[in-house]
Amino acid sequence: MAKYLLIDFGSTFTKLSAVDTAVDDVIATASSFTTVETDISEGYQAALRKLEAKLGGKIVFDRITACSSAAGGLKMAAIGLVEELTVEAAKRVCLGAGAKVDLVFSHHLTKRETALVSSEKIDIVLLAGGADGGNTECVLHNAKKLGEAGIKSPIVYAGNKDVQDEIQDIFTQYGLDGYICDNVMPKVNVLNIKSARDTIRQIFLKKIIAAKGIKKIESEIDAIILPTPEAVLQAAELLSKGYLDEPGLGDIVVVDIGGATTDMYSICKQANRSDVILHGLEEPFAKRTVEGDLGMRYSAPGIVKSLSKEEIEFINREKGIDIEKEVDHRYHNVWTLPDNEHDEFVDQLLAEMCAYRAMHRHVGKIEEVFTPLGTMYNQTGKDLTEVKYVIGTGGVVIRSVHADAILSRTKKMIQNTNELRPLDPEFLIDELYIMAAMGLLAKEDPLTALKIMKKHLKSI
Amino acid sequence: MKSIVIGVIGADVHAVGNKIIEFTLTNAGYNVVNIGVLSSQEDFINAAIETDAKLILVSSLYGHGEIDCRGMRDKCIEAGIGDVLLYVGGNIVVGKQDFNEVRERFLAMGFNRVYPPGTSIDLALKDIKEDLGD
Repeated sequence: MAKYLLIDFGSTFTKLSAVDTAVDDVIATASSFTTVETDISEGYQAALRKLEAKLGGKIVFDRITACSSAAGGLKMAAIGLVEELTVEAAKRVCLGAGAKVDLVFSHHLTKRETALVSSEKIDIVLLAGGADGGNTECVLHNAKKLGEAGIKSPIVYAGNKDVQDEIQDIFTQYGLDGYICDNVMPKVNVLNIKSARDTIRQIFLKKIIAAKGIKKIESEIDAIILPTPEAVLQAAELLSKGYLDEPGLGDIVVVDIGGATTDMYSICKQANRSDVILHGLEEPFAKRTVEGDLGMRYSAPGIVKSLSKEEIEFINREKGIDIEKEVDHRYHNVWTLPDNEHDEFVDQLLAEMCAYRAMHRHVGKIEEVFTPLGTMYNQTGKDLTEVKYVIGTGGVVIRSVHADAILSRTKKMIQNTNELRPLDPEFLIDELYIMAAMGLLAKEDPLTALKIMKKHLKSI
Repeated sequence: MKSIVIGVIGADVHAVGNKIIEFTLTNAGYNVVNIGVLSSQEDFINAAIETDAKLILVSSLYGHGEIDCRGMRDKCIEAGIGDVLLYVGGNIVVGKQDFNEVRERFLAMGFNRVYPPGTSIDLALKDIKEDLGD
């Protein structure tokens, strides 16, 4: 029996979930604004007071852990050699570690690019390039460029292992905060996430949360252990696989539509069919993608930016709104929640567009190839056709009265037959907003976390 | 260990010879990077850049090799690996053509060695050893 307090320091809200393993359930949740600008513990204390009011008094928790995406989350730069190979591998490692990938560079770095690493306030740089035994010239060049630019951020080297010693020498020579780990792509098209991800996680714990003013709170809680998206990814993986005798849900997709980003998670194997030929970099079983240009508030203008003038006019005519004005209003008023039918209608429309487009970018594609041996299928990316559940989380999905309409935008449609979208999934809603908290609990007590998720992810 | 990129180009799914080539070259002590069937020129070139391969060995069994291989040398130059060796072999053209003419056409396209149908990989291995060293 134990009582846990699980905290999610979000960019906007600090969310608390209290779990009691005696009843295998969440006993209360509460939230308040995140106050990272002044003192992060103010927001935490405010939320804690609300929680205690719900529980009817103070509670002694056996363990208090937190995840954080406050102060811009974990901002990373992914550097590799060829775009489709080590650059893509580096990006996937960053995303799997719960980061936002703000900069992506391929081939030789330039001064202009290294200057961006400083000016964009990148938290961690991931430097990859070359399969083991392969190209070494590019990573050596890039490490020197980072050195010459005097990059202060930690640099994780996860490229060709042959030059680990030379890279370490460059780190020492320029006084860089460097870390060496296994190659993200040891062989062509083989993805190796673990070593680099674990290194990123350690740096996040040791340095990043301190730099973002989140460490102040560590006297009051036991530990901040994960970036929030990684907590969600771990929760999703547990929910899919199950634990001991408690079965999981099998293949799942999680859609998290937030103010600044839309995150998409898929937990399943890359391919289901034996008649396809797989192409490109290997796909992770637990895959996360993040769309920084798709969101309900900060990133609302991005939704419209990708549309043509004709499409904008079509939407305005069909829906009877001025969509450009609406997204602009949301961008300039990021705190507002819809309080009338019109705003709810527009939020619903924007969320549907986010879900559709984020899935378009996440999902694998199949292409028919006519060969002398008959029709063959060429697959890149992940096949989600047999996904059983699509789970919605994030404020707009949870609050929506038509959440099914948002989630159904991730499904297979007539106009995109080459996309391997879920064919006939059931829809679940994270109505208590506890996915991230359950990812934290999964570290302590996976069985309880799994039971709670299965109980509170509501079918719609 | 020297790296060699192998694969089957274009809309071609003949996988058996591809496996034999992989087996033979691996046994001969090379690091074989096999990108498999249905591979594009870009797939070959990208793999060669990442693995620092000095040789790309292109297989084509279905007769469209000439169309599939066109412009490959130019793309290598464009991608910064202009000096990579390009070999091609299999049933690389359709019909009964004089292979000397076929060879000339592929050499003109920038391939270094061109093999007629039915060539044993052992023969190519000799050339590889000569071109790359052991």
